[in-house]
Amino acid sequence: MVESIVSTGVAIGCIYALIGITYNVMFSASRVFSFTAGTLGMLGGVLGSLFIAQMGMPVAVGLLLVLTAGAVFGIITEIVAVRPVLKSLDQHLYVLSTLALALLFQQFTAIEWGTEARPFPRLFEIARGGFDQQFWLPMLACVAVIIGLELLYRFSLVGRAFLAISEDNYAARALGLPERSLRMASFALAGVIGTLAGFAGGEMLLAFFGNAPILTFYGFVPVALGGMGNNRGAVVAGLLLGLFQQAANFLVGGIFASVAVFTVFIIVLLVRPEGLAGAALQRRV
Amino acid sequence: MEAATKLHQSRATVLGFTSTFGTALPFLVLLLVGIGFPLFGGGYWGVIATRACVYWVLVSGLNLVVGFAGQIAIGWVALLTLGAYTTSVLAAGNVTPEFPPYLALAIAAVVGAVFGLIIGLPALRLRTFYFAITTLGFATIVTQVALAWQSVTGGGVGVPGPIFPEPFSSQWGFYYFCFGLAAICTWMTANLAASRFGRALTAIRDTEVAAEASGISKPALLIPVFLFSGAVAAVSGGLFASLQSYITPDAFTLDLSVLFFIAILIGGRGSILGPVLGTILLTVLPELAAPLVAWSTFLYAALLLVIVLAIPGGIAELLDFKNRRPLASGRAIIPRPDLLNSLLEVSRDPGALTLEQVALSFGGVKAIDGLDLEIRAGQVHGLIGPNGSGKTTTLNVISGYYVQERGTVRLNGAALPILARHRRAHMRIARTFQTPRIVSSASVIENVMIGGTIDGEGTFVESLLALPRYRRDEAMLRATAMLALTAVGLERLAPVRADRLQHSELRFTEIARALMLRPAFLLLDEPAAGLSAEEIERLGALLVAIARAGTGVLVVEHHPDLIFDICHHVTVLNLGRMLAAGSPAEIRSHREVVNAYLGG
Repeated sequence: MVESIVSTGVAIGCIYALIGITYNVMFSASRVFSFTAGTLGMLGGVLGSLFIAQMGMPVAVGLLLVLTAGAVFGIITEIVAVRPVLKSLDQHLYVLSTLALALLFQQFTAIEWGTEARPFPRLFEIARGGFDQQFWLPMLACVAVIIGLELLYRFSLVGRAFLAISEDNYAARALGLPERSLRMASFALAGVIGTLAGFAGGEMLLAFFGNAPILTFYGFVPVALGGMGNNRGAVVAGLLLGLFQQAANFLVGGIFASVAVFTVFIIVLLVRPEGLAGAALQRRV
Repeated sequence: MEAATKLHQSRATVLGFTSTFGTALPFLVLLLVGIGFPLFGGGYWGVIATRACVYWVLVSGLNLVVGFAGQIAIGWVALLTLGAYTTSVLAAGNVTPEFPPYLALAIAAVVGAVFGLIIGLPALRLRTFYFAITTLGFATIVTQVALAWQSVTGGGVGVPGPIFPEPFSSQWGFYYFCFGLAAICTWMTANLAASRFGRALTAIRDTEVAAEASGISKPALLIPVFLFSGAVAAVSGGLFASLQSYITPDAFTLDLSVLFFIAILIGGRGSILGPVLGTILLTVLPELAAPLVAWSTFLYAALLLVIVLAIPGGIAELLDFKNRRPLASGRAIIPRPDLLNSLLEVSRDPGALTLEQVALSFGGVKAIDGLDLEIRAGQVHGLIGPNGSGKTTTLNVISGYYVQERGTVRLNGAALPILARHRRAHMRIARTFQTPRIVSSASVIENVMIGGTIDGEGTFVESLLALPRYRRDEAMLRATAMLALTAVGLERLAPVRADRLQHSELRFTEIARALMLRPAFLLLDEPAAGLSAEEIERLGALLVAIARAGTGVLVVEHHPDLIFDICHHVTVLNLGRMLAAGSPAEIRSHREVVNAYLGG
């Protein structure tokens, strides 16, 4: 039993962590939290099922198409919902514009794909059982994204430019960095990570339009607890969240598990609004 | 002087009356249409009209949270669910003895109020997006609980909704019941919107810092709003359950939440009429064409995107014809310092605001380093120095935005509490800001009235119900605000939306708002920045008159001429330390000051 709690918990935790990273990548480039993070995860599952199970494409082609769609969706988010409202960042219009876009895609999916959850194809033809692919695929995706981001940030010029933008937007622009292109690239990258999360976790979460708000919420918990923009914090908090949720699921039942997660989330935020790992910022007047 | 006050009072009431009638007219039309609706509406349209009323009962309360307080609450369907189940389960009596439907509805209102507060509390500490997410999380959880708690909610099978007894059991009877409640909610929230609480909510939304400086405490203000909003949402849920006649968790999708939320934004923030029209529009829209039903939420979302990007002011802004008329150009601000005595009520104990060895550093930078300062009542004290010398930081320590690391700030000998920004206003310490902080969608006079929020006596409930004390508050605040506006020379702009004003007019509006506190001490952060030479001169005369009326004035400035003209005492800062202090004449001849700052 403990084994199953741990494998499910870590796998789900990896998905939450990936959605958390999706939030963070968009936030670092624009100071905007986007409601589309969970929608990306949902699209990863739905599009994966569409391309591979329904249209019969090979897994690799399907994955490539899903990630491309994610990148395109990320760029659309940046152009439609983020760029026009960046000037009035203090009015929080971005909350509304990204919410509207997320709802548009969610509803479109509900209408065109249906409101029933549909199965996600098995990616590898190996027998079920034990430490199954539905558990290790999300973990693999999470590790791949962490390593990939680390390499990107450390060793590539674009990655360093990302870091510069997130550290100090004005200074980076003064140095001549193309802020707008970098922001679009960040949103495309976030789109890839978000859809990858949904794709890798497809078998667990199924191809279901209703995953969007759920992932939007549970994916934000690691961001809030780990500190915004902090990817390491998001991974640790995401894994803890997954394990906590599964343990509570087993101990007190599914419904009260989500109540428990919600309660813990609220209490932690009320006690430490800047997150468990974040530092408090002094307000400017 | 008395006559002048009277004159302004009567003018204010006349203006108040005509504008009240103008704003009430659309509501009267809606009321008549609503009462007469059964005469020309068919059976199915009756259901839709009832549904619009039920939704509005919820939206009216949510409007205070979203439209006025600016809190992005997207999961309010949770409270509808809660109210629907509480009413239905109590009325059906499958867990408890059977309750009469009205009592069940009343209990649901209480439960709703409590949960409204629980959902709302995080808003007091969390940033916008965080709060939005917590309400979203709450909404998903309530539906899951409704599905799983089978012994009470019937799980996926559901429970029958309550049936209200005669005369409200027939279709039109029930319609009038809902319409009546909707009308009462409209009346109450319109009262509140026009009260000091409504204005304080918009101040919290648009410029929290200025709200705090005016003595508005966010928790004290938002707690009753969440209680009220939760209660009406739960009542709406009870009505919804009765209208549906049978409820299952499926009935409470996030789509409904989206509808409520978007109705407000389409209607326009800070308006009552706009969201009423928004609710009617969104309820009716999908009924006009059958294929639209499936696409309704998609349409709402598209509408939201268009509204946010194209007309952030919503329907209310489109209907605001009054503020389209061009303003006179070449307006001059001509203060009337003679009015200040009646505004500020002279005879006050001569006291002092003192800083003793105050020090504060940011990281390694010493912003202020052991500063002594004394601001005496009835005098103008100038604080000058190069950029980064710690002037604004000093102001922010006094008004509680920063905590000093060493030293104390004393008011008449008693140490000021650390932080507790809104308490400064109660101690009659007022301030203005380097960039004017104004509620841009409110009129100039409403902005000034925000400054007098703490002097109202009517409570939240009295304001909802328009009881006498509320009306007295309003008359008093309006008259005082008009007097303050006349004193600073802006009385002709009183009814104009603040975002149409010029920069210099905003600066004087802020001073009028600060004067509403009848301040013992007034702190001004670069009041002359962006003003013309003529305006600076008038500003100087106004500040001198304010000091003469007994207020201690602290001016942070870069214009040496203004400072030397009006100050009794000048302190020069450099790198957080006092470089010199004394009378203007002494400072002007101080060698170091001349070298370092004034240039000679």
